[in-house]
Amino acid sequence: MCQVEEDYNGLECKQEKIPVPTLSRKCMKCKEGTAVLIIRVSDAFCRSCFKEYFIHKFRAMLGKNRVIFPQEKVLLAVSGGAASCSMLAQVQEGLSRDAPKRLRFMPGIIYIDDGGACGRSSEERQRSVDQLKSIFTETGFPYFIVPLEQVFSLPTSVLVPGTSDPDPSNPSYKQAVDQYIKEKQNLTEEEAASAVAQLRIEESVCSPEHKLALERLFSSLNTLTAKEDMLHTLRQHLILHVARENGYSKVMMGDSCSRLAVKLLSNIALGRGAALASDTGFSDPRYGDVVIVRPMRDYSSKEIAAYSRMFHVPSVFISGLDTKTHDKASIQRLTESFVTNLQADFPSTVSTIYRTSEKLHTVMPSQGQTTEPASKCLLCLCALDTNVDKASAFHATLVSEQLSQIKLQDTSHDARHCAEGQGCGSGGCCSSNRSPEHQDLKTLLCYSCRLTVKDMGAVDALPPYIITEAEKRQKRSRMKMEISEFLLEDED
Amino acid sequence: MPVQCSNCVQRRAVLKRPKTGHSLCKDCFFWAFEEEIHQTIVSAGLFNRGETVAIGASGGKDSTVLAHVMKVLNERYDYGLNLLLLSVDEGITGYRDDSLETVKRNQQQYELPLKIVSYEELYGWTMDAIVKQVGLKNNCTFCGHNADDVAETVLMNVLRGDIARLRRCTAISTASEGEGAIPRCKPLKYAYEKEIVLYAYFKKLDYFSTECIYSPNAYRGHARAFLKDLESIRPSSIIDVIHSGETLSVKDGVKMPVQGTCSRCGYISSQALCKSCVLLEGLNRGLPKLGIGKHHRLHGKILAQEPLTEQEEKLLKAVDF
Ligand SMILES: [Zn+2]
Ligand SMILES: [Zn+2]
Ligand SMILES: [Zn+2]
Ligand SMILES: [Zn+2]
Repeated sequence: MCQVEEDYNGLECKQEKIPVPTLSRKCMKCKEGTAVLIIRVSDAFCRSCFKEYFIHKFRAMLGKNRVIFPQEKVLLAVSGGAASCSMLAQVQEGLSRDAPKRLRFMPGIIYIDDGGACGRSSEERQRSVDQLKSIFTETGFPYFIVPLEQVFSLPTSVLVPGTSDPDPSNPSYKQAVDQYIKEKQNLTEEEAASAVAQLRIEESVCSPEHKLALERLFSSLNTLTAKEDMLHTLRQHLILHVARENGYSKVMMGDSCSRLAVKLLSNIALGRGAALASDTGFSDPRYGDVVIVRPMRDYSSKEIAAYSRMFHVPSVFISGLDTKTHDKASIQRLTESFVTNLQADFPSTVSTIYRTSEKLHTVMPSQGQTTEPASKCLLCLCALDTNVDKASAFHATLVSEQLSQIKLQDTSHDARHCAEGQGCGSGGCCSSNRSPEHQDLKTLLCYSCRLTVKDMGAVDALPPYIITEAEKRQKRSRMKMEISEFLLEDED
Repeated sequence: MPVQCSNCVQRRAVLKRPKTGHSLCKDCFFWAFEEEIHQTIVSAGLFNRGETVAIGASGGKDSTVLAHVMKVLNERYDYGLNLLLLSVDEGITGYRDDSLETVKRNQQQYELPLKIVSYEELYGWTMDAIVKQVGLKNNCTFCGHNADDVAETVLMNVLRGDIARLRRCTAISTASEGEGAIPRCKPLKYAYEKEIVLYAYFKKLDYFSTECIYSPNAYRGHARAFLKDLESIRPSSIIDVIHSGETLSVKDGVKMPVQGTCSRCGYISSQALCKSCVLLEGLNRGLPKLGIGKHHRLHGKILAQEPLTEQEEKLLKAVDF
């Protein structure tokens, strides 16, 4: 019901505008230093208190959530931007020997070079990679520089969720910490240092065929919205693969709260409502064995920019798919400018949207389904959100499609949705004048990934691991249909 | 070169469906539009045979199109519903007179009984079900009933961080628990506003078009503008946003306000009085601002029919719209 309580009448909100800092303002924390920065309405910090506040926030976020175990291998996804570079700087800071309550995990860095999808020249790409390499080398952490073209040599196993306890409130956290402390007493400082020093630097090169294949894939996507979505999906697959191959059980992403607010709103527009909690929450358990965490989610982009400037956190500007595009070039781009503009008028916009993400819940497939890959979206690996009630937006769109075009006799039936009969009358609700490949693929995707594939010209431009896994799942579901009368339990 | 209808592949297409992008002839569009509403009604089980269904008639496009489609479907599928047009006389001059004229013309066109009731009468009246198409507030989208309105409300609730309403606003019907309370349904929930206009245009339906006199709040205005932009980038966005609203899941343990009901009309309301009742009271008392903004403290006085203090009145009287 939409009985709207129009509580916000604009006038009230204007008062929240950030006041202009007055010259003589004192730091709210130490009451001594001169304020150099105003974070919120009344929080003015001096330089050193700001630094302390910033560092504390990072540890507090990790401490509160208690998902990263001592000695655990954690892969930091760094894009070159200020947020992920600040994350890297915070990890460095936290691991440094003099830090009180130092972090105890084993970091590695990954950078996905998506220049091939964004139309950047080899020289440009090399320049960015060189700049990043010097930042990465400085940290002493092992790093991986992976061109996006590598998706053309990924195995199908990337698309299969791993098995691990996805419960973030794992009670064994404390045991792990105790165990570590015990072990550490036997470990000399020197030994610990040399363990970190065993660097692994991997830089893969990409073949000319893969370069062309990537170009073909992105030019087959007709909209920038779909391109951005596909790029995100493929990046995640690559990161997941590298993490699994190298024994990393956590991946840290540098999404700031400003970024997450935009992501939440644009994902709603993209039909990803069911996956909002995974997409924007602190931890994202969708892959099972590798958990994504977002430790920067409490920082605003303004704070990050200020910190990076003040404390010289190096970052690299790398143009992306939507750099230099207009506001309405894609849904993601539109949402970004919408939130930014609204934030200027209503300074609580970002934090309000962001708080919504904390109240959301990840829909996990019911028991018994978790192990079946067919219950997860082939592309984003989230639980399928298309097994919904007839009275739903999803079915309404199927009905609209069906009623607006000539009925084709389609042999490939979407068993999941048409089995009940109704709504799949004469032509079948799956009938379509698109190529059969589109149709077959669609049944394996969540609502939102279907939209992306719908914006695609040729599905065969997708990397082989996706196509092979899709065929495998289709074969299985056909098999299941054939023997359905003999199955005692419907596990689907 | 004329485009052929993608459904019958015989007649010439006259329009491109905003919802799917398909080119359709007039008849195929009518059929698709009506069938989709039929599917919505059947799949959500909105009505039962023999029920009296009152269509809230405001003369606006949503209620005009809904009245027409309901009559068509009731005959085509033999729903066995007693349909009637219901118009609430709110006593707003000017605006109301014109729309009432339109409602009366509609009534003659559709041959549906028209009942004009006063506000008090409405809630003393027993009905099996009521289709409150446009709420009590004329042709105003406060209550979000077509797909655009529902999507807009989802976005607005995200912007306001209103998780409770975010979850509720995509519900297709609201059956309230109160005795004698009236469920409100949204058969046009998945119908695009643009298609409603197209339908009215090609059916030559006569509706009263006006901008709502109640200016929407800042957040709704922004949500509306944002949705329009989304739609221009990807036309399915409207339904996509509704799908998001329908499938998002709120954590257990997140404090959800207990759902109360309006003590005057029985409709779901988090306050002692629902928005409609407060708004109406404001208009009756000549205090239009009563319905806009937070005046929960005054609900007690309104319920007890007590006069407001001079200062309270002063705050509410200033008319700026
Ligand atoms: Zn200070
Ligand atoms: Zn998906
Ligand atoms: Zn036709
Ligand atoms: Zn009421």
